[in-house]
Amino acid sequence: MSLDSKIPSGPIEKKWEKHKFESKLINPANRRKYEIIIVGSGLAGASAAATLGDLGYKVKCFCYQDSPRRAHSIAAQGGINAAKNYQNDGDSVYRLFYDTIKGGDFRSREANVYRLAEVSANIIDQCVAQGVPFAREYGGLLANRSFGGAQVSRTFYARGQTGQQLLLGAYSGLVKQIAAGTVQMFPRTEMLDLVLVDGHAKGIVVRDMVTGEISSHAGDTVVLATGGYGNVFYLSTNAKGCNASAIWRAHKKGAYMANPCYTQIHPTCIPVTGDYQSKLTLMSESLRNDGRVWAPKQQGDKRPPNEIPDSERDYYLERKYPSFGNLAPRDISSRAAKQACDEGRGVGSTGLGVYLDFADAIKRLGEPLIRERYGNLFDMYHKITNEDAYKVPMRIFPAVHYTMGGLWVDYNLMSNIPGLHVMGEANFSDHGANRLGASALMQGLADGYFVLPSTIGNYLSTQLGKKASPDHPEFKKAEQEVNNRVRNMLSIRGKRSVDSFHRELGLLVWDKCGMARNEAGLKEALQRIPELRKEFWKNVNVLGENEELNQSLEKAGRVADFLEFGELMCLDALHRKESCGGHFREEYQTPDGEAQRDDADFAYVGAWESPGNGAAPVLHKEPLDFENVHLATRNYK
Amino acid sequence: MNLNLKVWRQKNADAPGKLVEYPAHNIPEDASFLEMLDIVNEELISKNEEPIAFDHDCREGICGMCSLVIDGVAHGPNRATTTCQLYMRHFQDGATISIEPFRAASFPVLKDLIVNRSALDRIQQAGGFITARVGSAPDGNSVPVPKQNADLAMDAAACIGCGACVAACPNASAMLFVSAKVSQLALLPQGQPERTRRVLQMVRKMDEEGFGNCSNHYECEAVCPAEIKATFIAKLNREYAIANVKDLLA
Repeated sequence: MSLDSKIPSGPIEKKWEKHKFESKLINPANRRKYEIIIVGSGLAGASAAATLGDLGYKVKCFCYQDSPRRAHSIAAQGGINAAKNYQNDGDSVYRLFYDTIKGGDFRSREANVYRLAEVSANIIDQCVAQGVPFAREYGGLLANRSFGGAQVSRTFYARGQTGQQLLLGAYSGLVKQIAAGTVQMFPRTEMLDLVLVDGHAKGIVVRDMVTGEISSHAGDTVVLATGGYGNVFYLSTNAKGCNASAIWRAHKKGAYMANPCYTQIHPTCIPVTGDYQSKLTLMSESLRNDGRVWAPKQQGDKRPPNEIPDSERDYYLERKYPSFGNLAPRDISSRAAKQACDEGRGVGSTGLGVYLDFADAIKRLGEPLIRERYGNLFDMYHKITNEDAYKVPMRIFPAVHYTMGGLWVDYNLMSNIPGLHVMGEANFSDHGANRLGASALMQGLADGYFVLPSTIGNYLSTQLGKKASPDHPEFKKAEQEVNNRVRNMLSIRGKRSVDSFHRELGLLVWDKCGMARNEAGLKEALQRIPELRKEFWKNVNVLGENEELNQSLEKAGRVADFLEFGELMCLDALHRKESCGGHFREEYQTPDGEAQRDDADFAYVGAWESPGNGAAPVLHKEPLDFENVHLATRNYK
Repeated sequence: MNLNLKVWRQKNADAPGKLVEYPAHNIPEDASFLEMLDIVNEELISKNEEPIAFDHDCREGICGMCSLVIDGVAHGPNRATTTCQLYMRHFQDGATISIEPFRAASFPVLKDLIVNRSALDRIQQAGGFITARVGSAPDGNSVPVPKQNADLAMDAAACIGCGACVAACPNASAMLFVSAKVSQLALLPQGQPERTRRVLQMVRKMDEEGFGNCSNHYECEAVCPAEIKATFIAKLNREYAIANVKDLLA
């Protein structure tokens, strides 16, 4: 199958306008005849469910948490970008577009990114109208700050809880529609398979996580908004429940998985302290506006940070990237931290950490202002580490945070499977090989409030009266498969817990497919992952039954999918013989250690097809054309 | 450190539950409370005993999914802290720790330490929103909001919806939760058109769901991980009284 991205013709600034005009409309009286299944209730899922419900469609929305308000979008701290130019500092839609293309290391689609920048301003208006309490100036106008990878102040924020406030805004729209009866909500319900009827996505099989009941839901289209796959690494900043099962099940039913090797390692997280650790905690990138990153100049310098004089500190981001300094993009900052630690200059008990120091900012601005800006982050840091960052510098280290790869979608956000739409982090489309700070919230809400509601008609208009019944044999077959898999997992009763497999997989992919990758390591991972998977299916111990609330069983299903997904991620990383953004292949770097792209051979989206029956994945390529922003080496110096 | 846990075990909503004792060995001081439970669960699994079920997700104090009443206090002994952000260094080696679910008639236990808090969602459905159709929003800066109002609205909006306020209240009242949303939206200009209707409907739903009333114990404020102030309950009472009068006159 060829990949038709359906990018509209014409100049970039007219494409979205033109596409909206050319898109099919659904007559208001007909909308209630369409049933839309949305999986996930984060920024993308909740905003889409609220908007489509408001338009009059019948929506069913599913989430694994006990309430849609808990989706992991809630944990985003720093902010959301929008090309408002409220600060009069030279921002524009074109500049946000340009920064995002460049930040993504020229591996994203120009048309999608331009559209994202274009609707960004509408997102802020929408959120303000919903009562999102963004930070404001004394004059009552909206406040902004700058964020990693940008030289303008275009980031809107609500203290250190921007994701929470945006999600609660989307949730408020969602609950209104639930009360109005247009959206039916299914909390504590997990999607376990996608169902295709005559090649079209027509429904899902789900498990009720309280009763264990496995059932089918049929609709006219299925929308996945299920987030990223960062938890394949076990330790990440994702919530414990975040998983790739929905997108992986869809992949196994034919949806192409694009660029799975593009994973974002966030530079400012609290370092790992022990093997009992269950997750990593992000310290917002906004801290880099006032904090200075440094490591000791000397190897193995064990003096407390306050005893190391300025002359013996290496403010390496300021040294290497003088024009961006501490605001260098995430991939670059993470690699620089790794490099300092690899050189034996890391700090903390494990030597895997660098300092983020606020002493200068406190001297310049005073502690009260720093407390007002970042108080909740300093408190969180104190709770976790028992250290007071007002007095001693924070210790930080990179951690898995976001995944740019995901299911392939066209300009309509539809995958190669007709009727399967994918939004937010679950798709691959807007961030290329590296996401800029404060752009994830922007994409989730752009997709849900503005893009999908405008494009979904293109598919739905072809489907009036073609809804499948949940009694269709394809649904029965999928239910049977899900049942068999669940029974199989429960019957193994081996010697190892689900978590022990997950930890082992996580360590392996972090080591071989983390911040730096090389051919030998990836080949080793590609050999070891199938072995681990084989052992899982022989030796995992999942206690209890299906017909009850069973958290081990939930985890087992997700880890089983990660054990397959991880292999494709490594395969993609092996095939991409270049370094770009978050994908750093040690063989491909410039003499001073920067990522070296190979535009002649790799300026494409790598979309993998699963042929089934154990056959090797097949690679399809969507070439990326850069008509507006010319391919250039990223330079933050 | 070594600990002795007394944990509420309950097979499902209909089964009777009881406290069961479990030893917890070699717990690192830097582990979080939930990581301590993870370690205990791994040991239970290795002995083919069913692990303890508890709700959790983000483990960074913001999603509101984790709960637990620890030694009689919702979210445990530390102020302004969710269970997932509580670290073992705050406990004594050798301590006995009791772990129970959030208890309230409106929060039925589903299994072990997991309760059903969907009543809180239903209160939000009754009116916890501003109607704002996509496409109809004016420019974000078209209506300036004084900083102090925006800040106060944000103080209220910080509620994570965990339900600790209900679990801590002798009346199992949800008034701190309801007051947070009512106050946030009443403080903003965008929230004015639906202000009267919102408070009346949310309070009505709160009563229907079986939550009690506030009788000024302030236990809710004491356990709230998001530090929502009980003064918002006073604001809720004012909003409710004024709305009733307006409703009467209309």
